[in-house]
Amino acid sequence: MKSKRFEALDARPVNQDGYVTEWPEVGLMAMNSPNDPKPSIRIEAGKVVELDGKQRADFDMIDTFIADYGIRLDNAEAVCKMDSLDLARKLVDINVPRAEVVKLTTSMTPAKITEVVGTMTVLEMMMAVAKMRARLTPANQCHVTNLKDNPVQIAADAAEASLRGFAEEETTVGIGRYAPFNAMAIMVGAQVGRPGILTQCAVEEATELNLGMRGFTAYAETVSVYGTEAVFMDGDDTPWSKAFLASCYASRGLKMRFTSGTGSEVQMGYAEGKSMLYLESRCIYITKAAGSQGIQNGSVSCVGVPAAVPGGIRAILAENLIAMALDLECASSNDQTFTHSDLRRVARSLMQFVPGTDFICSGYSATPNYDNMFAGSNWDADDYDDWLIIQRDLKVDGGLVPVLEADVVAARNKAAKALQAVFKNLGLTEITDAEVEAATYARGSQDMPARNVVEDLKSAEDMMKRGTTGVDIVKALSKGGYEDVAAAVFGMLKQRVAGDYLHTSAILTRDFEVISAVNQPNDYRGPQTGYQISDEKWAILQNIRQAISPESI
Amino acid sequence: MDEKTLKGIIEEVMKEMALVGAAAPAGKPAGRSEHGTTTLMISEGGQAERGTNPREVVIALAPAFGGKQTQTIIGLPHDQVLKEICAGIEEEGLSHRIIRSFKTADVGFIAHEAAKLSGSGIGIGIQSRGTTVIHQKDLPPLSNLELFSQSPLIDLETFRAIGKNAAKYAKGESPSPVPVRNDQMARPKYQAIAALLHIKETQLLDPQKKTQELRVDYR
Repeated sequence: MKSKRFEALDARPVNQDGYVTEWPEVGLMAMNSPNDPKPSIRIEAGKVVELDGKQRADFDMIDTFIADYGIRLDNAEAVCKMDSLDLARKLVDINVPRAEVVKLTTSMTPAKITEVVGTMTVLEMMMAVAKMRARLTPANQCHVTNLKDNPVQIAADAAEASLRGFAEEETTVGIGRYAPFNAMAIMVGAQVGRPGILTQCAVEEATELNLGMRGFTAYAETVSVYGTEAVFMDGDDTPWSKAFLASCYASRGLKMRFTSGTGSEVQMGYAEGKSMLYLESRCIYITKAAGSQGIQNGSVSCVGVPAAVPGGIRAILAENLIAMALDLECASSNDQTFTHSDLRRVARSLMQFVPGTDFICSGYSATPNYDNMFAGSNWDADDYDDWLIIQRDLKVDGGLVPVLEADVVAARNKAAKALQAVFKNLGLTEITDAEVEAATYARGSQDMPARNVVEDLKSAEDMMKRGTTGVDIVKALSKGGYEDVAAAVFGMLKQRVAGDYLHTSAILTRDFEVISAVNQPNDYRGPQTGYQISDEKWAILQNIRQAISPESI
Repeated sequence: MDEKTLKGIIEEVMKEMALVGAAAPAGKPAGRSEHGTTTLMISEGGQAERGTNPREVVIALAPAFGGKQTQTIIGLPHDQVLKEICAGIEEEGLSHRIIRSFKTADVGFIAHEAAKLSGSGIGIGIQSRGTTVIHQKDLPPLSNLELFSQSPLIDLETFRAIGKNAAKYAKGESPSPVPVRNDQMARPKYQAIAALLHIKETQLLDPQKKTQELRVDYR
């Protein structure tokens, strides 16, 4: 006989997910592995000669890079000797200011900070995140992609996403050669929705840099780093080559952050038997050492790996916390799907949603998940109302605001038309009125007419060969009569000359004013301090279209 | 931890892998295909050379493909996979050459290696779990012509289309890319398994060993 209760349980979404038991020898373990090194640091004549149990002669290139550039050395030996539990308590304690904690954390070694956060519960880590997040005001980032790489739909979805409150928007491609069109479409669309939204196109590194230098994007995020030498070398990279790439972006006045996450090393088969969190902590130190202002982490595309082992979701919060403790901008993942269970996906996101991070999702799918070309996000366009109502339930600012259907339709239509004008005036493939109409009302690419992919790819390649830049897009918008959109895109181009948005955790207001950890640092010190939802903002957040007012009855 | 405990863990993991594998595609028993089962016989024929035939596509296999591993993540037998890719190339009137890479299990680099050794400059790289890339020799290694990153979504029909498109690129045509597929629930279901398969693939790497020409027989 089969138990009917177990039969029902087996049919639940949560049992569609993959789970594995720990395997510490290959690094299939989230945190606190018996194989993780014990913290240590020894400095002679201003040089690190021992790091986390290894002598300099035995350093791999990651150890060398971190030892030479990643740790504040003046106090490092003393901090390493401090009790890890005491340090963890300082991270949680509202009476110890953020600045004081940062002095300690930035003096720690990778093994030390891993040991410190390894003593904390998720609740304590959330308290620490509320204090350690770099920027005062939390924000959110979205993905704008679709299965057909349809640029008209990307423009419309980007415009809607801007209205809904996302501060950054990210696209990628199904087919690599579509990258220039997708980058243009998300930039134009985002600026239609609200001037000052930062956009990026996540593709192969050289293409991504090229798009940024041309002014097709405002920032980059897909500069991946790894916690073991073998994975770096598998990608033909070193910490130095990544640092060089980071400075390429900086030299052109483009914002950028690194990306890493627990599980990537074991996913690629080279975890050297260390815990996922210890290896991720090395990635965060590489990021710090390379001089990047921030990082996207929280397992990201490898989330299925930590999520399959015990304590994996705790490890993801722990890695976000380490990034913040090292005074970096943290785009805290909550992006890629890891579960069939709605309960699991909410529980996982509360870790960052409740305390607030620089970008709670990185990103939230601004399309239905079938169109999400990052292989699905933990949150998608069909969840917009759930997110808004959870914000309203908990009085949490999760970065989104309620919108009206009429406003969304108008913005989508304008974005599609503006992109139509850009394509026309740049001599690209035609965008028909029927496509504009479809994009205006579409839920996803199933509602869009098919485009001629071969012609689009030829046209995009030809445009790149002609040397088209962001300024050409501004001219095309202006010629098409979209002066306001042209001004907004031009405003974004001017940012890279000023360079102010290269500061940690920077986002822009609709007037192109920078909000960052420099001019609006997080000053949380317990109840009624730090970021507080203003009365005006609370009025906006509670005003959902579904609510019935007592007066109306 | 002693060896016995470790073995126990490996066995457990393998058991779970078998469970998931069996539950996967349309109830097909893992390791068999509806076309009947053949055994893939692969032998090495010395260091792979750069081809001169402009009408060839080179297919590079990851270290475990058709050897230590015999099926993709959804249980498609490797012999069927290879047959479909080759059939796709032949349909376009081109020839194929199969090699194996030992230096890397990264599918982008495997495919790029294939492209660099291909007389046409077009290559296909494939990992044991099924992840596949069509590459061109003068593109950066981590760029590509077409990438099929979600191994659980690649069926035999897609493998044939991949072969066909690669051949078309080799002939200098601009084919419509094989339609991209997306399943947001592939990761929750398969990622940990994919990691295990990849770990086992990378354990077979040999940085000293040159890329090998392969002879392939189906019995």
